[in-house]
Amino acid sequence: MKWILDHLDDITSLGLQHIWLSGVPVLLGLVIAIPVGWLATRTRWLRGILITGSGLLYTIPSLALFVLMPLVLGTSILDPLNVVVAMTIYTIALLVRSVVDGLTSVPDEVARSATAMGYTSVRRFFGVDLPLAVPVIAAGLRVAAVSSVSMVSIASLIGVDQLGDLLIDGFNRKIAGELLAGILASVLLAIVFDLLIRVAEHTLTPWRRAHQGGSA
Amino acid sequence: MIVDILQWLLSGEEWSGDGGILARLLEHIAYTLLVIVVAGLIAIPAGLWIGHTGRGRWMVTVANALRAIPTLGLLFALTLVLLPLLPGASAFIVPSVAVLVLLAIPPILSGTYSGVEAVDPAALDAAHGIGMTGRQVLRSVEVPIALPLLISGIRAAVLQVVATATIAAYVGLGGLGRYLIDGLAISDYVSTAGGAVLVAVLALALDAPFALLGRLMVSPGLTGRTPRRVLRRTDPTPAGGTA
Repeated sequence: MKWILDHLDDITSLGLQHIWLSGVPVLLGLVIAIPVGWLATRTRWLRGILITGSGLLYTIPSLALFVLMPLVLGTSILDPLNVVVAMTIYTIALLVRSVVDGLTSVPDEVARSATAMGYTSVRRFFGVDLPLAVPVIAAGLRVAAVSSVSMVSIASLIGVDQLGDLLIDGFNRKIAGELLAGILASVLLAIVFDLLIRVAEHTLTPWRRAHQGGSA
Repeated sequence: MIVDILQWLLSGEEWSGDGGILARLLEHIAYTLLVIVVAGLIAIPAGLWIGHTGRGRWMVTVANALRAIPTLGLLFALTLVLLPLLPGASAFIVPSVAVLVLLAIPPILSGTYSGVEAVDPAALDAAHGIGMTGRQVLRSVEVPIALPLLISGIRAAVLQVVATATIAAYVGLGGLGRYLIDGLAISDYVSTAGGAVLVAVLALALDAPFALLGRLMVSPGLTGRTPRRVLRRTDPTPAGGTA
């Protein structure tokens, strides 16, 4: 505990680094996974390729992906961009399936009613299909966010600074307080991300509250 | 750069000997196998019990909540605690294997329990109706029907373990992670990247048999109406399974 209080500044600055290294990829991954998932639901043969392909991306170990990124991107090994791109790839890999599951879970009669009311396919996607898919996508996003927070620590092994530094330094110098601070800060961040997604889901699905009689 | 890495991967001397690629590869596979067997012995019976009885679902919640703890932190903490207690090599093998087992349990557990739980109640009623005992129902109805999800759970666990075993090299575990950790330590990018390629290839190579296994072991009655459709199906379930 004393170690944590003495080093609050360090923990905060590493924590901020951690937030951006793990948060930005989740948002980027979501923005990319939605159109990819939409494409997969539209075209039968694309669906197999996209779902299998994104599943295969997920099989590449994170440490290996961090190390190989400079080869693909032409960046230096210490560039934080390697981590952002690698984590974005993982988020896409996880979310494409959630988006497909979410979009296909929209009841047929709902989709057809919308079409019958004169919705164009673009308007139907943003006005009906996507909102109804929110709960399924949010479930996938929560998994992606929590694993992103926990996985980013590994980037410390290649020298990109964030909360993982506390883990490595605490281990090497046998400072239990520092190690514990790293674990706690990371878990706390995962919980905050999870809460934020749940709040966003709650806000985006007002009809679910209507069903429950307005109770939160 | 890419040429250097290819040269490293293809050179004969790198492959032979005690610390050679072949030895590291076999170590990596051996650790993965050990971890999956231990995790399976814990998670499969627990998952069957939860799915069969509908009780003990808190175990799934706890296992999933554990995922929020950074693996690297858990590994270091456990190693620091056990370091003075264990002799020799076991001081890093035991914590590494324990952390990897902990990592492999949630996907196997949720695959098993959700597979059993997804069994159509009508099928269970029918089985009870023809006089099957609880044990028989489990063995000849629930397990076969749960098999595809169970296999995809194990598959996800294998991938996680292959990936995370590389990190355990930091505390001293053998395997392909050695190339990554040692290479980074002495800024030898060629062997680091070569090691990364090997780990990625191993992960993909271990994933393929599961895709096949999943397809072979699923009874045609579960996947589609006619065997023809089974052959044409193109959705090998990736990591994560149902959720």
